Amino acid sequence: MNSASQAAISALILGPLILAVLAFVYPRQWRWLCLTTFPLLSSAVLMLAWQVFSSGPFRISMGGWTKPLGIELRVDGLAVFLLIITTGIGLGVMLYAMRYFERDSKPGNVDQIQRQAYFWPLCFFLLASLNALFLSADIFNLYVTLELTGFSAVALIALAGKGPALTAALRYLFVSLSGSLCYLLGVALTYGMYATVDTSLLSSEVEPNFVMWTALILMTGGLVAKAALFPIHFWLPSAHANAPSPVSALLSALVVKGSFYILLRLWFEAFDALVTPAAAYLLGWLGVAAIFWGSYKALIQPRLKLLVAYSTVAQLGYLFLVFPLALTESSGFVAWSGCLLFLGAHACAKTAMFLTAGNILHAAGHDRIRDLDGITHVLPVSVFSFALSGISLVGLPPSSGFVAKWLLLNASLTQGKWAWAAVIILGSLLAAAYIMRVLTHAFTRVAEPELTNPIPPVMEWTGFTLALLAIALGFFSQWSVELLRFGAPFTGAAFSVSVSP
Amino acid sequence: MTEIALILYLLAGGLLFVIGFYGVWAPQELLRRILGLNIMGSGVFLVFIAIAAQTRDPIPDPVPHAMVLTGIVVSVCGTGLALALVARIYSMTRDESEERQQ
Amino acid sequence: MSVEGLLIIGILLSSFLPGVIIFFLREENHLGRSFLNLLGAGIKLILVAVLLWEVYRFPDQVDAIRWSILPGIDLALGADATSILFVTLSSVLWLLTTIYAIGYLEGAPHRSRFFGFFSLCVTATVGIALSANLLTFLVFYELLTVSTYPLVVHRGTAEAMAGGKMYLTYTLIGGAVLLLGVAWLYSLAGSVEFAERGVLDSLVASHSWELKVIFWMLIAAFGVKTALVPLHGWLPRAMVAPAPVSALLHAVAVVKAGAFGIVRIVYDVYGIQTAADLELLHPLAIIASITIVYGSIRALFQDELKKRLAYSTVSQVSYIVLGTAMLGPLATTGGLVHLVHQGILKITLFFGAGNYAETLNIHRVSAMNGIGRRLPLTTIAFSISALGMIGLPPMAGYVSKSYLQAGAIQAGEGWVLWVLGASSLLNAAYFLPILFRAWFLKPPVEWPEERSFGRWETHWMLLVPPLATSVLVLYAGLFAESPFSPLAWVKLIAARESGE
Repeated sequence: MNSASQAAISALILGPLILAVLAFVYPRQWRWLCLTTFPLLSSAVLMLAWQVFSSGPFRISMGGWTKPLGIELRVDGLAVFLLIITTGIGLGVMLYAMRYFERDSKPGNVDQIQRQAYFWPLCFFLLASLNALFLSADIFNLYVTLELTGFSAVALIALAGKGPALTAALRYLFVSLSGSLCYLLGVALTYGMYATVDTSLLSSEVEPNFVMWTALILMTGGLVAKAALFPIHFWLPSAHANAPSPVSALLSALVVKGSFYILLRLWFEAFDALVTPAAAYLLGWLGVAAIFWGSYKALIQPRLKLLVAYSTVAQLGYLFLVFPLALTESSGFVAWSGCLLFLGAHACAKTAMFLTAGNILHAAGHDRIRDLDGITHVLPVSVFSFALSGISLVGLPPSSGFVAKWLLLNASLTQGKWAWAAVIILGSLLAAAYIMRVLTHAFTRVAEPELTNPIPPVMEWTGFTLALLAIALGFFSQWSVELLRFGAPFTGAAFSVSVSP
Repeated sequence: MTEIALILYLLAGGLLFVIGFYGVWAPQELLRRILGLNIMGSGVFLVFIAIAAQTRDPIPDPVPHAMVLTGIVVSVCGTGLALALVARIYSMTRDESEERQQ
Repeated sequence: MSVEGLLIIGILLSSFLPGVIIFFLREENHLGRSFLNLLGAGIKLILVAVLLWEVYRFPDQVDAIRWSILPGIDLALGADATSILFVTLSSVLWLLTTIYAIGYLEGAPHRSRFFGFFSLCVTATVGIALSANLLTFLVFYELLTVSTYPLVVHRGTAEAMAGGKMYLTYTLIGGAVLLLGVAWLYSLAGSVEFAERGVLDSLVASHSWELKVIFWMLIAAFGVKTALVPLHGWLPRAMVAPAPVSALLHAVAVVKAGAFGIVRIVYDVYGIQTAADLELLHPLAIIASITIVYGSIRALFQDELKKRLAYSTVSQVSYIVLGTAMLGPLATTGGLVHLVHQGILKITLFFGAGNYAETLNIHRVSAMNGIGRRLPLTTIAFSISALGMIGLPPMAGYVSKSYLQAGAIQAGEGWVLWVLGASSLLNAAYFLPILFRAWFLKPPVEWPEERSFGRWETHWMLLVPPLATSVLVLYAGLFAESPFSPLAWVKLIAARESGE
């Protein structure tokens, strides 16, 4: 049992690392290497999920050295949930990317060959570092994996090669590095106080004092910058919009969630004792600002990919609602599972959206929304996928986005927090508004649809499958909630009903 | 290490951190910003070292030293990546301005 | 799984699967598309008939199908007597509208897209009918919004897009309010299953103000689709859609779904007695009455035929709400039976309007002089339904109005009689002139844009459906007291609701 889990974890972390090196050394074998990841990663993740379901959360010490000196990896419901999302989205995007870098029918395009040669090692690195991030159990390891993720992401953005992409990548790098250095300073202060970096030890030992407060503020500040919370979201739209489409998908769906994950671990586990309602409300209100500001900017964007990127800013705001909504014990688990289901739903939907936006961009040669009338008639599958992912983003039933918002609504209504409930609903309406901005072009009458470049079917159908998943997973939310229970910081009902007046 | 020395080192580290942070976000020239990142990093490492020297033993605590080493490696990689990007941006803008002049 | 469960799944799939397949059919595959549509409609009708028989025989049914999406929160489908009423109406009218649409859209572009969404729309309607709890209802209700939008904007013109935008704005905001209301109710009461006489008794003592606020939120949300004043603005603008869509929207799907929602809320969530205790019924009756009168007045001033029919719908659907808002089995009967009657009456009128537009390109009442000579059968059907709308015996409308009047007296709401009377007068005022023009004025020497369809006055697929529905109108009126009429079924529902 234990050795199987160790094998699974090795497969998840070492596997992509080795494949990355191989992809760098043998760039022409990328197809084989890519195909190896599919069975490797999926079986490893399923093994860990089965493990958690059957015997609960567990920890593994690397090299047999235990804490406080050794590095421990922890597998609980939250980690497995995020690993499943990473693997699922990662494999989907890889399938898309397999055709994406060869989409132009002109063979021997030097730029494209080079881009493809560098994409795969970087993509594998990204997967390896994300997997390691979700499995880490101490705050320093989290820093290391966070940095790895950041670097892979920056390099992937720069892969587009054009001026705006490079500037965006550099800006992201600055934000990323300054954010992680703030985080690292917080780690230093924490170690200085308690001589440990392990999250479980910290959760039992940390007490509120000035030094720890500074540490938490520093760490939160750094992480919030990397998660693009308002007002430090300025780097995200240009970075996600100018990157190649599969990269945009990976970034929006997974990379920003990595820093959010660390934030969850800190606030609900390691530094649990330091959390006050005021601080939680502050994060919550910043999330609200993100929802409104991001939606507003999405409504006025002329370009499709920028619209989708601002939509990410808005949707990330929803994630931060977990902090004010999870303050009570009775609705804590409801808010927790709602937030995480939202994370998963957003990952699926946003990936599908970026992939279809990429299809549209390639087919039309541009992504100006106003001029998209013709394209939507000749790419029905992509437009339909966009609509499906839009349904999940808006939170129309029975999608997974709906289930997540339902839970968040339940958490806010049972605690009498009407303002938050109103925000959730208004955010949905704003999302509907900017989604419809794009979709109305699918129905307008056009005499001659134009098609600049044809799109390989694989590219259209991966987007479609992911969009369909975003909807279909709503029906299976019960499994996700059961999974999230293992090792969750809350016990309590999955749906709370207030019985007292 | 005495209390005063510890506090001085910590303050120095914090000061470097703040100067570096300012250096990343205030200036416009890209190289200065990268230098700012390095200074920030140095500040954090100084804090780590000070904490490592906090113990009563003659041998300092090796764990923060390990963390600093990792941090330095990360810092080097980050600087390298940033410099590569800056070089590329520079060569692209230089090409563009040459084209415009022609 | 029980027989009922299989039937319900079959009913849903009979329109869902053809819809999905039709999306992938090539535009030229006329035969395949029509075959799938009619096959699906036919199968659905058969399954609904079987389900009707089952529900009749076994009145005490438990939910047939459940699917758990969260611990303690299920999606549930089941068939009680009220469901059967709506699902039968939907299935019969879907078959007829499909035939009509196939004829109407011959040669039009994007037919695969149209019929695909058409089938999804019917799936959503049937799902609404067969929902056994409030969450499932919400799911299918929003599905209806999403699947009807492409139908409204089908023509793709600027006017169509504007109408669609208004439609979506209204219905999505309504949907948001609905979500909030349902989530709030679930947070108070747990899973809200539909049960005769309501499920919220235990909460009245402790949470009455919340229940009241939630009630009005839900009514407002459903009121958008039901076109209650002042939320009715989208309906006349949605007339830009092709005639089959208007027929479907106004007879079967959208407005009825809204009205059905109100019916469910008052009878099966709150329970009529609880609603009366919470003093919710009287204001609802007032709102319904205002809508009835306002809709009729606006209809008077419309020259465009479809817009006149739209405002007539605004007015007529509120009869259902009015019947729901009055205490007593007679009012309940009147309201519920009008759900069926208004459906068949209005669909005939819209079929007629579509025939006038398609055959002669006539859209305005002022251009309808003597149209009865050119399209006699269509205009006979139109006339029967128009007279039924006014409330003349022996048409179906008379039956519903008389029950509503009796119900008003039974509930002690005498003022409603004035409303009903005024409405009948107004209905006469805007329908009789049309009939007069059609039959008694001289037609123009030449119709401006006439299309010839051979021996019959118009395409047979455009002719058969309105004739069929007008026969139903006569049947429902003449044979109302027989055991095989809509009225008989509604009396069954009313009896079960009042606890006999």
